Amino acid sequence: MKGTSRLVITLTIICAVAAVLLSYVHTITLKPIAAQKRLEKIRALKKVLPTYDNHPEQNTVKIPLENGKSIEVNLAKKDGELIAVAFRVVSHKGYGGNIELLMGVDMRGKITGVEILEMHETPGLGARILEDAFKQQFKGKDLLKTKWAVKKDGGDIDQITGATISPRAVTEAVHRGLEIFTKDIARKIKSGELSS
Amino acid sequence: MSISKEFVKGLWRDNPTFRLVLGMCPTLAVTTSATNGIGMGLATTFVLVCSNLVIAALRRVIPDKVRIPAFIVIIASFVTLVDLIMAGYFFSLHKALGLYIPLITVNCIILGRAEAFASKNPLLPSIADGLGMGIGFTLALTTLGMVRELIGRGSLFGISLFGQHYIPLLIFVLPPGAYLALGLLLAAMNRISLREKT
Repeated sequence: MKGTSRLVITLTIICAVAAVLLSYVHTITLKPIAAQKRLEKIRALKKVLPTYDNHPEQNTVKIPLENGKSIEVNLAKKDGELIAVAFRVVSHKGYGGNIELLMGVDMRGKITGVEILEMHETPGLGARILEDAFKQQFKGKDLLKTKWAVKKDGGDIDQITGATISPRAVTEAVHRGLEIFTKDIARKIKSGELSS
Repeated sequence: MSISKEFVKGLWRDNPTFRLVLGMCPTLAVTTSATNGIGMGLATTFVLVCSNLVIAALRRVIPDKVRIPAFIVIIASFVTLVDLIMAGYFFSLHKALGLYIPLITVNCIILGRAEAFASKNPLLPSIADGLGMGIGFTLALTTLGMVRELIGRGSLFGISLFGQHYIPLLIFVLPPGAYLALGLLLAAMNRISLREKT
């Protein structure tokens, strides 16, 4: 019996010391980690939105969608006036899992930028959706005047040599994002709910 | 055995990757670039040195029957530490290595050194052993990362070397390339050691 209690006590002490140490490190790294995440968000917002003078990373609204879900929208303003919005869309059709992206759309429904937040595509092939040459082509496109498919499928979007699945997934997600914008977000903008 | 001997053995004679062929999961998975190799290697070295130190210090206190759970708790704590510190201060590296940091816990090099060395040896040799093994692992991962990045992407540490006209052998940054590159490096290592003996 004495042997068993020694096992339990030793292991308990080790675990307790580990727990105290970890909770201490957790508290001191909490702030820098949050700051890094915020910085990353701001960096992405800067890329997809036109020049703004407010803080879109804090200036957000939740907008309900037709399908019952809701979407968080970042509002970019200049001189107090709403100039563009940014929101996240996810494609489940990536080659290596979900592709998560942030897109900015201005008040005329034109895309101001697309940025990939997370993806697990093949390095050198599908992962080239990260390249500016691919992302920049979405700038200025809107829902109606663009054929929302890659060229291989008869659309307007340049694919990447050797990789069709990843650009197709991005195209699909951006297209869906524009539909969400026109259906749900634009209505809110027109009603004036977002400009305050 | 002297302390310097414990340190040096990990670099070549008992190199964890090329000689003991331990810790293959991170070795194959993260070495798509030289930078990733260094990052993973250094993170592992830190955990290895710390866990060897603590385990060597506690080797008379920890009862034999619960030594494996005790080792795992100690190792996992240091891994979590690395994970948190990296997320806070080296964000881009943390993003690249992401999933593999928690996996350091189950890297057999670390438990292997705890079991085979630190639990039987005093403090200083255990630190030297951890440091040597860790640096050996880092060197191996960096070499592997350099070979794969150079062939598979035509760059080193993210700097493009051959210009636009080089068509990279993409397979080397894909999973099969990890095995190919590792096999070639192992063969080269064996060749060099054979020559040393004769």
